[in-house]
Amino acid sequence: MASASIPVYNSSNNPLENSSSHNASRESLKMELLADCSLLPGEERIIDKDIIYICPFSGALKGKVFITNYRLYFKSADADPAVTLDVPLGAIGRVEKMGGASSRGENSYGLDITCKDMRNLRFALKQEGHSRRDIFDILFKYAFPLSHGLLLFAYLSQEKFEENGWSVYKPMEEFRRQGLPNDKWRVTFINANYELCDTYPTILVVPFKATEEDLRKVCTFRSRGRIPVLSWIHRENQAVICRCSQPLVGMSGKRNKDDERYLDLIREANGTAKLTIYDARPSVNAVANKATGGGYEGDDAYQNAELVFLDIHNIHVMRESLKKLKDIVYPNVEESHWLSSLESTHWLEHIKLVISGAIQVADKISGGNSVVVHCSDGWDRTAQLTSLAMLMLDSHYRTLRGFQVLLEKEWISFGHKFANRIGHGDKNHADQDRSPIFVQFIDCVWQMTKQFPTAFEFNERLLVTILDHLFSCRFGTFLFNCESARDTNELRSKTVSLWSLVNSDLSFYQNPFYTPESNRVLYPVASMRHLELWVTYYIRWNPRIRQQSTMGLFTVHHGSLHSPPWVSSQSTMGLFTVPMGLFTVPMSNAQYYTET
Amino acid sequence: MLSSLGSAGGKSAKPSFVSYVTPEEIKSEKEPSRKEKHPDLLPGEVVFCSASTVLKYTQDDLSQRGVFGALLCTNFRVSFVSDEAPTEETGQLFKNKLYGENDIPLSCVDNIYGGYEDKKKLITGGLVKNKYPSKMIIHCKDLRVFQFSLSFSKEEDAKKIFQGIVHHCLEPKSLRCLFAFSYCENTSYPEVQRKKQTVMFDSVEDWIQDMKRTKGNCRVVSENSNFELSPKLPQFFIVPSNVSDEDLTKYQGKGLPMWCWSHHSGCALFKTASIPLVQEDNVPQTYMEKMLTAVAHNHLYSVKTEDLSDTLPAVQDILLSYNKFKQFFLIDNTTEFWMSDMKWFSSLDNCGWLDIIRQCLQKAVEVVECLEKENTNVLIMEEGGSDLCCVVSSLVQLMLDPYYRTLLGFQSLVQKEWVAGGHAFLDRSNHLHLKDKAESQSPVFLLFLECVWQLQQQHGPAFQFSETYLTVLSDSVHVPVFTTFLFNNDSHRDNILRAESPHTQRSPLNCPTVWDWSVQFDCKAQDLFTNPLYSEKPKQDTSVRKSYRPKHLRQLSLPSSAFKTPPKKGFFKDEADNLKKILGVKRLSRWMLSPSSESPQTSSSVREFYEAWQTKPLDYHGLLLPCLDGPSIRVWMQRYLRWIHDVQILGGGPVAMLSKVSEILGEVQELQRQLDRHGCTLTSNHKGARPRAKTASVIAARSSVRLSSSFPFVTSRNWLFKPAIPTSLLQSLMVTGMAGNLADREDDGGGPESLV
Repeated sequence: MASASIPVYNSSNNPLENSSSHNASRESLKMELLADCSLLPGEERIIDKDIIYICPFSGALKGKVFITNYRLYFKSADADPAVTLDVPLGAIGRVEKMGGASSRGENSYGLDITCKDMRNLRFALKQEGHSRRDIFDILFKYAFPLSHGLLLFAYLSQEKFEENGWSVYKPMEEFRRQGLPNDKWRVTFINANYELCDTYPTILVVPFKATEEDLRKVCTFRSRGRIPVLSWIHRENQAVICRCSQPLVGMSGKRNKDDERYLDLIREANGTAKLTIYDARPSVNAVANKATGGGYEGDDAYQNAELVFLDIHNIHVMRESLKKLKDIVYPNVEESHWLSSLESTHWLEHIKLVISGAIQVADKISGGNSVVVHCSDGWDRTAQLTSLAMLMLDSHYRTLRGFQVLLEKEWISFGHKFANRIGHGDKNHADQDRSPIFVQFIDCVWQMTKQFPTAFEFNERLLVTILDHLFSCRFGTFLFNCESARDTNELRSKTVSLWSLVNSDLSFYQNPFYTPESNRVLYPVASMRHLELWVTYYIRWNPRIRQQSTMGLFTVHHGSLHSPPWVSSQSTMGLFTVPMGLFTVPMSNAQYYTET
Repeated sequence: MLSSLGSAGGKSAKPSFVSYVTPEEIKSEKEPSRKEKHPDLLPGEVVFCSASTVLKYTQDDLSQRGVFGALLCTNFRVSFVSDEAPTEETGQLFKNKLYGENDIPLSCVDNIYGGYEDKKKLITGGLVKNKYPSKMIIHCKDLRVFQFSLSFSKEEDAKKIFQGIVHHCLEPKSLRCLFAFSYCENTSYPEVQRKKQTVMFDSVEDWIQDMKRTKGNCRVVSENSNFELSPKLPQFFIVPSNVSDEDLTKYQGKGLPMWCWSHHSGCALFKTASIPLVQEDNVPQTYMEKMLTAVAHNHLYSVKTEDLSDTLPAVQDILLSYNKFKQFFLIDNTTEFWMSDMKWFSSLDNCGWLDIIRQCLQKAVEVVECLEKENTNVLIMEEGGSDLCCVVSSLVQLMLDPYYRTLLGFQSLVQKEWVAGGHAFLDRSNHLHLKDKAESQSPVFLLFLECVWQLQQQHGPAFQFSETYLTVLSDSVHVPVFTTFLFNNDSHRDNILRAESPHTQRSPLNCPTVWDWSVQFDCKAQDLFTNPLYSEKPKQDTSVRKSYRPKHLRQLSLPSSAFKTPPKKGFFKDEADNLKKILGVKRLSRWMLSPSSESPQTSSSVREFYEAWQTKPLDYHGLLLPCLDGPSIRVWMQRYLRWIHDVQILGGGPVAMLSKVSEILGEVQELQRQLDRHGCTLTSNHKGARPRAKTASVIAARSSVRLSSSFPFVTSRNWLFKPAIPTSLLQSLMVTGMAGNLADREDDGGGPESLV
């Protein structure tokens, strides 16, 4: 964060801070730094150093950086107001040396840090005496602990919260809420030991008529054993959203009677005449997948099904698109032909395709037709589509806790490969498995909250917090690829859930204009006319833009540990503003809310 | 992409009309109940021609279906009267009393297209002698699109109505023919009802009052009250106090610095029509120098000048850009809409409209910087002095003076800068379709409203009026009833209204101004003009302000030049001589370069100014600056998307929030009332900021109605609650176009292929 604002953590007011003070050296300057930035329980200081931060907005700033096992913190020495940076090491994607000992020019010797959260940081050091060696080594080691045989910070954290976020999602409870099991759908424990599918959760809901043996047979015909299982059922018309991976059709066009029969059982369950299969991919890609053993459901094999391709591109396209977006917004917003530049990143076009795919799913379900959604493996685009469609269909998921359930269920338990997509603690920044699929999904949710400013119980701050901790490694929530890996690593007993933080202070994330309306389907408009760039997230490091858009958030005088640093700008003093940034409420009016 | 959207070019085959009844059936059905259908005619309104059994396509669905009815052309409007019984709810909520949803005021007609089988041709008037198209498409200036089929009407009627509409909408006419005159002759409006009304700036008192309000110290000129000085000058105006009587009449007012607004530091903003400088002739230059000195004299011998003709787009360019821009919203069918959606951002970019808005705002910020930070007088000029000068001067005042952000203040500002300021509304709108005026047509006033909208959406609570108010105001320009928009300047208005007066020698014709909102909307509808989230100034302040004006929180506390160099005796004279010297050498001291040759210095100075302002706490009653970065300048959704069904967000949009807020405010007020009743006195500053809950009642009353993002312009219809699904025709094109080999790759192929 490059900003004129300092997160105000006043240690004297906060007893929690004392726990970290034993790490502090007695030097006065270091003490001063500690007063600014309280350490988390379990966080330890590693190194501090005089350094120059090359701020893209205010130029070179002398100051001090210190690195803990959780964060990189910088405070400028002489700028007024002081410029601070508070970056969780988990957000660091790449650390490089810039310039050599003999490089000429001012500030040409130092470090270049690429972050996963849409910013780059440059530091310059004195050229004498290999001054950057130790800091580089330490940064490299602690930013990428898994590549160095160290634990992720989530395993070191000693944070305690009033609420236990791990209890937010209980699969059986969620299915019961949906009215399951019933006479058409049953709960199966066939995957209790991850034997059927190692990337699926243990509890699955399948057609009542499908036997365990059937499931095993279908399993052989679906990529990575990800068989079609129920995600959501419509209370009235009993139409269901099922998710799975692609069928293993291959070049020869293999068929599998069990799979065909199984899909027909899904169709049959509510008497749908034709089951709609949404293949999230562009049709060319689906065809191309045959070459590697995959493919799609052919017409002749699946007589009672119609197949619709949704033209959503793969993880590589999305990664490049976001990279292009970063190029035009960081450090400076492209000035000439902003809109054309924005269009050329295709980011919003991808958003449009994902949303319009989800609309189609939701529309089919509303019309009483069951659908099956898949892409290739069913953990990226599929998760986007099912969870967005569920958000449109079921108002429960638009509540603060319901949204947590949605993420836990469709993303975390069904094996979106967070570890691979984000690369937690891993130094291999060029890993082709990395992709901002989840960021894209949260963007889609944000687009919906923009279009329906009263329909969601949570505010924009929740979405930004989620994305911050997607990278931070402070919480266990987004670690690992699937449930089986989480079990092996005892994640739930050894780490804290992000929802512990959120649910211990719900009011911070609440939308005051939330108007509960159950049973209302929300159809956002998937037209470029209504889609906009999520400036508050993608351009939040730019002080000009940021200030403007923090207007879109409440100013709460939070000295607490967890307030994201960028929110604690003191400049919106006296303002009480509306989450989605549409209208701002002056404090004078806001008093009416609170003073009676 | 664009061409297919816009002009009258050939169109691809569309699904043809499917009638569920044969024309014969319709005829026989209609014949018995065939009496003349009329809309409720307004006073002075006369029907010119009409045709029955016209089919109006409903754009609400894809199926090319429609409603039968009569199409009429009157001296006010083109009107479609449906054969179907009017549904109760339709139009109840935000009904315009002058014209309904199926009426198009003649001046509001933008273009007429003829549909000849598959072809769509732009009708340019005069051309159509015998042939008439089977389908008539009318694009309106308020962005509505009407499609009528004439093929079921009697040939004779169809021809007549088509030619009638084309004639009355597109052919040149005299000002006398505009509806305002026959309307006003037949209606009587209460003469003046000026309590708490808009300041009209049509009397010398209004001007004196405004100058006093801003503590200006200039000379009020009332010698032109009968246009004796010049018909080109306003009736009343204010000039720097050093301007002499003889200066007033030189060059017919050209080059005369007209006072706009005084900053609390003492410096002021002036505007002028520039004098074309001829090289050999030194006289205008001498005059100009004299005027500049007079401006400089106003405050600390400082003046900066800016020729807007050099630095902002010409009015013709503004028109060209807007013409491209508006085509994105004049949608004939859904397919076309979704096709254009693909290239939306670049199309928007290429038409340049948003960039023109940005340039105007930026120029205003530059002027604000001079006044606020440097405390120098500013003289803006352009040829004519009544187009971009009006845009910039009004924007500067909106940014600096919170009074103009109130509803009445804003209306007064429009009166001051635009109406009294002599903006040629008639020529710029070309309501009369005069061939020789075609060149001067330009949506300059709309451009101003666009800029205001940008400010408003960035700083909502600072404005007392709502987005809906701005949208309605932009529509009202095309309703030829209001004197506000019918004339080119004061003397023009005065002459015409006197000449048209039924009682010669007595008072001039009494026509309503657009600010008489009751002419168009009832009180309930007018409640939607106010912003429920307006942060009203606490009342206690007003009493204090007279004697002591506190520095606003977000006003820059930068040292003003006044304090840097305390004036000494003899200082003025030296400075004046010095100034003359400088001016003598350089024609004018420009401080800005044109945007085309934009120096990084310029924009960075504006940026620094913005950033300095931004670090201060925001005060809605202080200086307001717009953010000019790409993502911050946006499309005025309500105005441009309100009629397009496919982009209605049902149950969403800003109105969802607004109604919730109103509901909460209503509850709060109720609670407060109860508190008051129980004798709990609240402290005075709470009372000062009492929110308006009028809007609350309006919206709450209709909570049963499903609101959409185009509220209040389109309210719930029998639209199927079906989501619009973008047609994916072109989507596959994208693959080859952009993604290259990436698109073909496996998600988790795990192959060793590496990408740099």
